[in-house]
Amino acid sequence: MSYSMWILLTASLVGVCCGLVGVLLILRRMAMMADAISHSVLLGIVVAYLITLQLSGIHMFIGAIVAGLATALLVQAFNQLGVQQEASIGIVFTTLFAIAVILIATKAGNAHLDIQHSLMGEITFIPWNTVQLPLLGAVPWAVVSLSAVLIVILLVLLLFYKEWKLTSFDAIFAASIGIPVTLMHYLFMTLVSLTSVAAFDAVGAIMVVAMLITPASAAYLWTDKLSVMLVLSCSFGVISAWGGYYGALWLDTSISGAMAFATGIIFMISFVIAPRYGIIAKYRRVSPTQAFSR
Amino acid sequence: MSAVITVNDMNAAYRKSEVLSNVNFDVNAGTLTAIVGPNGAGKSTLIKSMLDLHPRSSGEVAFWGQRYQAVKKRIGYVPQRGSVDWDFPTDALDVVMMGLYGSIGWLKRPGKGHREQAMEALRSMGMELYANRQISQLSGGQQQRVFLARALVQDADIYFLDEPLAGVDAATEHIIMNTLQQLRDRGRTVIVVHHDLQTVEDYYDHVLLLNRTVIAHGATGDVFTTDQLVKTYGGALRWLREKV
Amino acid sequence: MNLLSYNAQWVLLSTLLLGMAAGAVGVLSYWKRQSLMSDTLSHAALPGVVIGFMIVGSKQLPIMLLAAAISALVGAWLVQTIRGSSRVKEDAAMGIVLSVFFGLGIMLLTFANRMPGGGQSGLDHFIFGQAAAMVQSDVVTMMLVAGIVLLIVVLLLKEWKITLFDASYAQGLGFSVKMMNSLYTALLVLVVVVGIQAVGVILLAALMIIPAVSARYWSNSFSIMLLLSVCFGGGAGVLGTLISTWGKGWPTGPFIVVTAAALFVVSLLFGTSKGLVTVWYYRRRKTIEKQKYALKAVIASELGEGAHQ
Repeated sequence: MSYSMWILLTASLVGVCCGLVGVLLILRRMAMMADAISHSVLLGIVVAYLITLQLSGIHMFIGAIVAGLATALLVQAFNQLGVQQEASIGIVFTTLFAIAVILIATKAGNAHLDIQHSLMGEITFIPWNTVQLPLLGAVPWAVVSLSAVLIVILLVLLLFYKEWKLTSFDAIFAASIGIPVTLMHYLFMTLVSLTSVAAFDAVGAIMVVAMLITPASAAYLWTDKLSVMLVLSCSFGVISAWGGYYGALWLDTSISGAMAFATGIIFMISFVIAPRYGIIAKYRRVSPTQAFSR
Repeated sequence: MSAVITVNDMNAAYRKSEVLSNVNFDVNAGTLTAIVGPNGAGKSTLIKSMLDLHPRSSGEVAFWGQRYQAVKKRIGYVPQRGSVDWDFPTDALDVVMMGLYGSIGWLKRPGKGHREQAMEALRSMGMELYANRQISQLSGGQQQRVFLARALVQDADIYFLDEPLAGVDAATEHIIMNTLQQLRDRGRTVIVVHHDLQTVEDYYDHVLLLNRTVIAHGATGDVFTTDQLVKTYGGALRWLREKV
Repeated sequence: MNLLSYNAQWVLLSTLLLGMAAGAVGVLSYWKRQSLMSDTLSHAALPGVVIGFMIVGSKQLPIMLLAAAISALVGAWLVQTIRGSSRVKEDAAMGIVLSVFFGLGIMLLTFANRMPGGGQSGLDHFIFGQAAAMVQSDVVTMMLVAGIVLLIVVLLLKEWKITLFDASYAQGLGFSVKMMNSLYTALLVLVVVVGIQAVGVILLAALMIIPAVSARYWSNSFSIMLLLSVCFGGGAGVLGTLISTWGKGWPTGPFIVVTAAALFVVSLLFGTSKGLVTVWYYRRRKTIEKQKYALKAVIASELGEGAHQ
């Protein structure tokens, strides 16, 4: 596979993973939680690095999951102590992220873990960091980890599809028929953490947020069926990834920034032209009554 | 008639203040009971505490002599309408089928038979034409009927409904109360938080007057009297129909 | 940064005032239930900062701040529009604006860094904050803005109280809720825009949330909360900046945040109004008092019976 094909494959995988998780994220109104977790996982990665002195590997994932769950639990704890939801999120993720940045700036001090990278990712390095796989040969680590995460997401999503649907729609009713709503909440937070850390290398923290929230929100404007929304969200994610990559090459600018911006463009287009829920469609619906009122 | 529900000495708190204290009552099978009381009386909390959706600070609740968790599948709950996101990508039929998720079980998909059951429930609520409508496109009354259909499809023996008639049109009210009465006639037990005092006597055979504790509970004719209402509502009741 | 240097003292003074202003507006945000809006606005300000630089060609703070303010306001407007005109909810709208604007900002940043004078732009400092990078004119600008913000918050204390607590009632009394809201947005944008120099785009929200929440644990009075939040914010600003000077090239933002967080933990545990340890302690005392009283009653009744025998 050529250099750019690996990059595009990586970016596409990010688009699909984030697209799937993102749909449930916005339906469960946890967009800001995703923002929080994608920042906190940095601390998980840093601590895992400091303990194991290894940068890739399963330790990073474990660190990320721990950080993600810690974030969710701490926010819940503060919320129960009477702090508003948004404020709780704000306190937890900024503090954890700040600690991570301090650790990087002071101790770790090695070039391996630099702040720019964690924020913006460095997708151009992806093809060089390979692992040897049987049958396939040298495959970039990012591709392997993202593929693994994608399989996990697909499994968890499809196996428990109706339970995800119901707990996202009406958690109280779900609880009353015996579905373990809280467990599923933390399972979902784990999925978000996994996705964040897998996408980190490629697009960095902030762009993960863009990829998680924006394509899903765009898809939301096109359909009333959850299954369609999932497919559209992935598609928009992949389109943003490709569009962003080529746009960045053309303009000679940051690839992850361009990908994030591309998600915004797709969203804006959807916002305007989506057939039932876009702005144009809404104005069309309003005007007949306006005609009457004249 | 045997008591299917027994509540003993139940207390519940909400954010450090006592909302329910010393609640005791029994409910028999085949009854349609209204829970009535002023705002803040703890009516919603009562139901939630019985269904383990809200922690009890003390007391026991038994259904057919057993804990709620053991007989969950036989009990249906229709919460207040406010808690749901109406923009969720789902249609009326889909919502009703959600009522079957408990019986379909983990890892399995809803089948044709389940679809049929859901359609049947919608039909009984007069909503079959709206099966594929996204829920935000339904009126308040229509939404409520869909949620009742979801409860019906569970085929439960006991039903709890929290203010099912709030904000619905007359036709919907008629359909809903009719359905509840039919359930009662078939031997099921139905308990409803009811907000309109003027219709209690028309619909319900039993009443539970609640204001943080049970003021009175029993057959409507015996319990729904001016005296008891004054005790329940305090001076807040402006109008009072004189009992002849 | 030499602590005793003239410049250093100016920098510390400006982070003090900035922290105070952020603490003040942060209280307003908390009671408006919009704590994370500051996060969205600070990320949305980034493209503006870069564009401001690119227009002038060199680092001119007032122009960059103006452009940042416009950019942030556009972001705020977009959040409202998305939320109001579509089924997309507010949290998603905030996330979209936050991440897309930031992505745009990063794209523009790579352009700017290639411009002549780009390397000296210090634009990268806007990501994590670098108070020490401020020159005296910057400091004066910041202090002016922070001072104005504080003044407005303090002068209109009772107007804030009433419109935050019960907007419809305030409207009925004749207060213009619309004007207060516009004023609040203006103050928010001002604090965000001056704050990102010291704390950076990503962590600015912390300075607006953490001191305000910390203050809650010491008092139930709006005015006292405001005062305490101002103190905590100012304290965190100064201390954090000081600590960050221990290392070469350390960004100031994270240290300010961690200082604020430390103050929060202390407040959470020991605050006189709702601090966890304080509450536990008073409960224990109450229980002990009750036990003492009961014991006395038992003894008294025993003695009483004895006397009757």
